Amino acid sequence: MMRNAKLAAVAASVVMAMTAAGTSVSVLADDVSGNVATNGSTSMEEVIGALSEQFMEDHPDVTITYDATGSGAGIEAASTGACDIGLASRDLKDEETAKGLQQTTIAIDGIAIIVNADNPVDDLSVEQIASIYTGGTTSWKDVGGDDLEIAAIGREAGSGTRDGFETITDTKDECKLSQELTSTGAVIEAVKNSPNAIGYASYSAVAQGQDGVKVLTVEGVACTEDTIGDGSYVIQRDFNLITMKDTALSDAAQAFFDYCTSEDAADLIKGAGVVPYATSAAAEGTTEAAAAAETDTAKAQ
Amino acid sequence: MNNTETVTVDAAAAAGAKEAKEKLNAKETFWQVLFLICGIIAVGFVLAISIYLIISGIPAIHKIGIFKFMFGTKWASTAAEPSFGILPFILTSIYGTAGAVVIGVPIGLMTAVFLSKAAPKKFAAVIKNCVQLLAGIPSVVYGLVGMIVLVPSVQKAFHLASGATLLAAVIVLAIMILPNIINVSLTALDAVPKEYEEASLALGATRTETFFKISVHAARSGIAAAVVLGVGRAIGEAMAIIMVSGNVANMPGLLKSVRFMTTAIASEMSYAAVGSLQRNALFSIGLVLFVFIMLINVFLNVVIKGKGKEQ
Repeated sequence: MMRNAKLAAVAASVVMAMTAAGTSVSVLADDVSGNVATNGSTSMEEVIGALSEQFMEDHPDVTITYDATGSGAGIEAASTGACDIGLASRDLKDEETAKGLQQTTIAIDGIAIIVNADNPVDDLSVEQIASIYTGGTTSWKDVGGDDLEIAAIGREAGSGTRDGFETITDTKDECKLSQELTSTGAVIEAVKNSPNAIGYASYSAVAQGQDGVKVLTVEGVACTEDTIGDGSYVIQRDFNLITMKDTALSDAAQAFFDYCTSEDAADLIKGAGVVPYATSAAAEGTTEAAAAAETDTAKAQ
Repeated sequence: MNNTETVTVDAAAAAGAKEAKEKLNAKETFWQVLFLICGIIAVGFVLAISIYLIISGIPAIHKIGIFKFMFGTKWASTAAEPSFGILPFILTSIYGTAGAVVIGVPIGLMTAVFLSKAAPKKFAAVIKNCVQLLAGIPSVVYGLVGMIVLVPSVQKAFHLASGATLLAAVIVLAIMILPNIINVSLTALDAVPKEYEEASLALGATRTETFFKISVHAARSGIAAAVVLGVGRAIGEAMAIIMVSGNVANMPGLLKSVRFMTTAIASEMSYAAVGSLQRNALFSIGLVLFVFIMLINVFLNVVIKGKGKEQ
């Protein structure tokens, strides 16, 4: 079996040259090999993409596959053993945990609510947002703003952000949109251009601030990394790895699982635009595996 | 000895000429075959794409039911109880294209008449260059400008909550098909024999009468081709209108947010799971669009050109 070179992380080319020359540098433990199949949430594509790319670079004998089928399908696949690790951008339901599934949160994704910078409204409750998106509230006047018709801007069917937003606000299949745009950038541009507009975007897209748009506080809480991390900003969801409680993962899958939950992965997760769970306030003081499992169970309930 | 030598040289020369001729023939054959292969490649691509579209488009239509698919008015591909009716997309594409033609063809045709018959030469050259430039602008740029300039203007002009409407898309499409219409009709108008116009003028017709009754009439098949090209470009455009039309699967209305057949495919394809009914239905929309473009081409070619021959 090929031995890993820690240098791989620094310069893959150097490692390739060394392995080609038959040199093996033993720094880590025996390397793992094999296939790891992941399956599930389309929203987690970026996170899993970044993690698996780095992992495969560190462990050249491991191939990680990812099927973007949606959280439900991913959970199903994990329970039937069709994949090694299921990916779900929602928490497990009771009947799913009853099947012996468990979730491990690796990241938290916040969805920011944005309006035009000229809009006097600063704060909305989740109920008000849901009412706006389902057509119940049609004027900004009703939520403390100007006498302007509201234009609700959403994302296209299948978008992970849309799925997350509609799940959290409980507006699935009921949204009456005036525009359905295909990218975060387009939503921000449309909101920037219209004082009537309200839109939603991944936290990462507006974290640096955007000219011409204003990020609303929701229930009085601003959307920041801290408030997403400690759970006080409510329009957020967990990115979970789903595994069977009683079935041991293959060595390669276990290694990838451990990597995803390790602190080494935090920067990559942050790079993918979400708040890493390992460093979030919610995970503080739960470094023990048992404690982490406890929190997860509590979250699931 | 001398004789023999001459004979040999002659024979050699003859052989050389023959060889050269054969070489030439081989060269000819080579090029002929190369042309044939190039021709076959083009036909091959058309066939491959058509066959692929049909194969991947049929299953979803079959599963959903052709009537429900073509005439269903509700599209909710990812809802808990999905529904795949594409009538809103079909109507939007038809309305949008018709609107673009209604605005674009008169303007384009008049411009072509002006450039070909009335404009001073230097001025015409400037306008022609501008039209070429317009044709060279990528559609995403049309979309971008439409999104930033046109959509807010439409919103203000009609006091709407959102300016991303069918109207905005129609205006963008009309501008996009202008260069096609101008260029092709211009070529047709330029090809009208001068004698026709001179005869008309000699008979006492005014210049305007001559332009419309003689020049345009004589160039009608070329102008028809221009309209076909314009319609083809308008109905197949996706990038520019996805940015200005709002993309909500409403039944079309001039001041409503609408989704075209092209934009329906473009906006959902990236997230549709492989093998899902949603993805297959998107292929089916592609097939319907393909059939539409075929029909429009055949219709315009046969009807307009056929009519011209009868007269």
